[in-house]
Amino acid sequence: MSKITIAEISNNLATGKCSSVEITQELLQRIKQQDEKINSFITVTEEQALAQAKAADELRSKGQANALTGVPIAHKDNYCTDGTLTTCGSKMLSNFVAPYNATVVDKFNQAGAVSLGKLNMDEFAMGSSSESSFYGAVSNPWDTERVAGGSSGGSAAAVAASFIAGATASDTGGSIRQPAAFCGLTGIKPTYGRVSRWGIVAYASSLDQAGVITHTAEDAALMLNVMSGFDEKDSTSMQLEVPDFSASLNNNIEGLTIGIPKEYFSQHLSAEMQQAVAEAIKEYEKLGAKIKEISLPHSQLAIPSYYLISAAECSANMSRMDGVRFGYRCEDPVDLHDLYVRSRSEGLGDEVKRRIMIGAYALSAGFYDAYYKKAQQARRLIKNDFVSAFNEVDIIAGPVTPTTAFKQNEKTQDPVAMALGDVFTVALNLAGLPGMSINCGQINNLPVGLQLIGNYFDEARLLNVAHQFQQATDWHLKSPAGL
Amino acid sequence: MQWEVVIGLEIHVQLATKTKIFSASSTAYGAEANTQADVVDLGMPGVLPVFNEEALRMAVKFGLAIDADIHKVSVFDRKNYFYPDSPKGYQTTQLYYPTVGMGHIEIELDDGSTKRINVTRAHLEEDAGKSVHEGFGGSSGIDLNRAGTPLIEIVSEPELRSAKEAAAYFRKMHSIVTYLGICDGDLSQGSMRCDCNVSLRPKGQKEFGTRAEIKNVNSFRNVERAIDAEIERQMDILEDGGKIVQETRLYDADKNETRSMRSKEAENDYRYFPCPDLLPVVIDDAYIETVRQTLPELPDAKRQRYISEHGLSAVDAGVLSANRELAAYFETVAESINDYKLAANWVQGDVSAALNRLELSIEQLTVSAEQLGYILKLIKDSTLNNGGAKEVFNALLDGKGDGSVDCIDGLIDQLGLKQVSDTGAIETIVDEVLANNAKLVESYLATPEDKRAKAIGPFIGQVRKAAKGVNPQVVMEVLQKKLSEL
Amino acid sequence: MALDPKQIHDIAELVRLKVEDDQVAEYQHNLSNILEMVNQLTSFNTDNIEPLANPLEIVQRLRADVVTSVNQREHFQSIAPQTEQGYYLVPRVVE
Repeated sequence: MSKITIAEISNNLATGKCSSVEITQELLQRIKQQDEKINSFITVTEEQALAQAKAADELRSKGQANALTGVPIAHKDNYCTDGTLTTCGSKMLSNFVAPYNATVVDKFNQAGAVSLGKLNMDEFAMGSSSESSFYGAVSNPWDTERVAGGSSGGSAAAVAASFIAGATASDTGGSIRQPAAFCGLTGIKPTYGRVSRWGIVAYASSLDQAGVITHTAEDAALMLNVMSGFDEKDSTSMQLEVPDFSASLNNNIEGLTIGIPKEYFSQHLSAEMQQAVAEAIKEYEKLGAKIKEISLPHSQLAIPSYYLISAAECSANMSRMDGVRFGYRCEDPVDLHDLYVRSRSEGLGDEVKRRIMIGAYALSAGFYDAYYKKAQQARRLIKNDFVSAFNEVDIIAGPVTPTTAFKQNEKTQDPVAMALGDVFTVALNLAGLPGMSINCGQINNLPVGLQLIGNYFDEARLLNVAHQFQQATDWHLKSPAGL
Repeated sequence: MQWEVVIGLEIHVQLATKTKIFSASSTAYGAEANTQADVVDLGMPGVLPVFNEEALRMAVKFGLAIDADIHKVSVFDRKNYFYPDSPKGYQTTQLYYPTVGMGHIEIELDDGSTKRINVTRAHLEEDAGKSVHEGFGGSSGIDLNRAGTPLIEIVSEPELRSAKEAAAYFRKMHSIVTYLGICDGDLSQGSMRCDCNVSLRPKGQKEFGTRAEIKNVNSFRNVERAIDAEIERQMDILEDGGKIVQETRLYDADKNETRSMRSKEAENDYRYFPCPDLLPVVIDDAYIETVRQTLPELPDAKRQRYISEHGLSAVDAGVLSANRELAAYFETVAESINDYKLAANWVQGDVSAALNRLELSIEQLTVSAEQLGYILKLIKDSTLNNGGAKEVFNALLDGKGDGSVDCIDGLIDQLGLKQVSDTGAIETIVDEVLANNAKLVESYLATPEDKRAKAIGPFIGQVRKAAKGVNPQVVMEVLQKKLSEL
Repeated sequence: MALDPKQIHDIAELVRLKVEDDQVAEYQHNLSNILEMVNQLTSFNTDNIEPLANPLEIVQRLRADVVTSVNQREHFQSIAPQTEQGYYLVPRVVE
């Protein structure tokens, strides 16, 4: 079976070419046979998926199907799924059967989508390679010795390996865009507040946002249509009308101004990467877009600011993982202190513990002003840079990552090097802006991603701009060899 | 060495909202363990808080009642610490930008004077759950029903100078919050808890001494006793030349002493930072004004009005205005007979005695304000005398009658309490008494004139025996007239 | 910007994590490197810059005071490590 897209499957289901049950069975089989070397799934919910597929087929026979009905997707394992294991890639939650659904999960269920299971990820979404998962690293279907990216590595790999048509994911500092880039896919992180965070296990509350990884912008629009919207259970959710993201995909982009930040084309970027991105930009010129150099002068503050803020917020968010009401509890604790220390130390992985420690330090007495407050001030400067830029341009474009997918274990010993890989993506989370990654080239047979950054709540334009690229080129059609 | 006591109180008030501060769980008291703890209260992964509008309104109402600055922008912070009754591993509170700023209240001292005590701030926060340490073998049981209940923490300036002042301050706060209807004031249920910060310093010294904090004192009486015990403890140490350790202590009511808490406070680096799941709470003047419109007459104003407009004594006015329901009851009675003094006597006397004896609150009393008002009216128009009125009152307490005002007349007839005031009727009774008591008459007439006033007593007794409800003034008049005619 | 072992242990205690003696050096190394990276922040001027906490800069929405949560104790406690008579159990705490 060729690479599957939501649009294609939806069409096949609508025209009766196949049933949801048939597709689901085939994919479940494929996962059984091929996921061992990819390791994209933590939990496969076979029975549930078939039941959902059956129900979807029934809905369709009654004429009540919509675009996502019967379409096979899966959720990143930090989305709470009632009655199903929700592990966040951690030993701490290796026994956590979530007692409620994330709002996004509810929405997809209501739309009749079929979820095949829960996808592997860096532990608690902290990482850029999905190597820190308690359930083992996720391999890149393009080269299984390389990482699929993180933290939504499982989401990207499962889509790239054609196990599912689309996946939900989350992005705190690039966790959707980077794996999408490494796996040759389309990823979108919407504006902060566009999608409800209710039921998505928090890493850094002011940076986390739910999004998707798909093959195409067209598919991403279909999924975003389902999952977006105000949720009264989420105080940070925006009360804003959700446009039909599919409706504007084919808008003409002639005259569109695309800003290229000069700071992004610096020493971090290899010559080949610069080349690949430059070529992608040329495509846009061919489509009638105007290219303009812009400056985001405080770019170099993004990584330290992001790291501090995310560490501080995560250190508090992780405190509830204490072995008392759910999750892993150590054996035979001798007293309360022992319960806490051993449950947490045994249940949490190294990267998570590092970030908790850093976060606690940054917030500790005497350091608040020097670290946390300073990071939030830097954050404002970064946001202001973008606000100014969007006065001059409609979209900002640039690289997603400094390199293509790196080899497994290459960076695990060097957390700083790992962090620096996020240099192009974290600024967006700090500012809360929407961003996409689309496949725009290859270097040594490994995918290269182009990052597109939009103004607040301008996902429709972002998807339109991405879609136009995908109409004019065929990078999005490329699959890993052998698939 | 002359020591000055310096006390500051931090009072935690549970707001009487229907739901918790950040979740839609019920706050009803007494539910079975963990039946009012939803995913948010349990601190499950992935949950988020949404702020209760009623908690905000009540906090603002409180601020207005104590004449405080209302902060138009307030921010929730996370206070990070580990304890099983705090499921998220942090408490959501307001450190840097509380909703209520500097205000003040007046307390009445024993000598009748008043003293202003400034309130530094009052902020919103969530309550923790409860731990039960007995009954689970070697374990403690955690109940999170209470976790997430909205609190305001009211912080006083360290201006209290004695245990009595502290108790008066606690009482006044209790009065204010129950008046406002923002707290049920039930100390036995933990609706209000008090942390007392106590230190001593040599009289005249500007710097404060080291303070100890006595946590969770839960009654007016215990506030006074705990502070006195702590003052004594600190005095002993200081007079011996020792130093006070800054620490948290608990009051043991049985032993009447404070003891140090196991150092839970060894780490008090709470690493406060603004909660990123919540946004700044912003209110405007229009909102504050709508809340101000809902302020009732507050205890101090009421007390003043009782004194200046209705002539009650300061003490009586104080007692009657302290509790809103009692004040409402009292005012209904007083207004219905247009006699605040008579009403005051009865409410402070028979009514309060009944409440104490039967352990009832005023709302539970089976004699309504309307009923009592009617009874007092009957005293005023001489239908009943005092004794008769008390009998009717007690009958109603016992459950007689149907709760209405109309049934009282029937009750009076039933009990034969109607006071006879008719001169003619009384004359008949008196005549009979005089006729039947020749010996008494003789003895009376033998008494020297200047001692006759006392000698009338036995006749009154006989008249009373003959007919229960007789108007004493008329009896006296008739007796004196008839006896003088003898 | 090196952290000494005591600082490492103090922070670990604050967040209830255990750092074994043979892990201290690694923590020192990693944490110090990270701190050096974030120290770039301290070198630029932020006078008069308002910190940005929430990217959208919106204000808190209020929720109506209406009970909508129902009792789901059985459901929630079915995933708890240890409960008894409806209580969550932890090793006994002495106050």
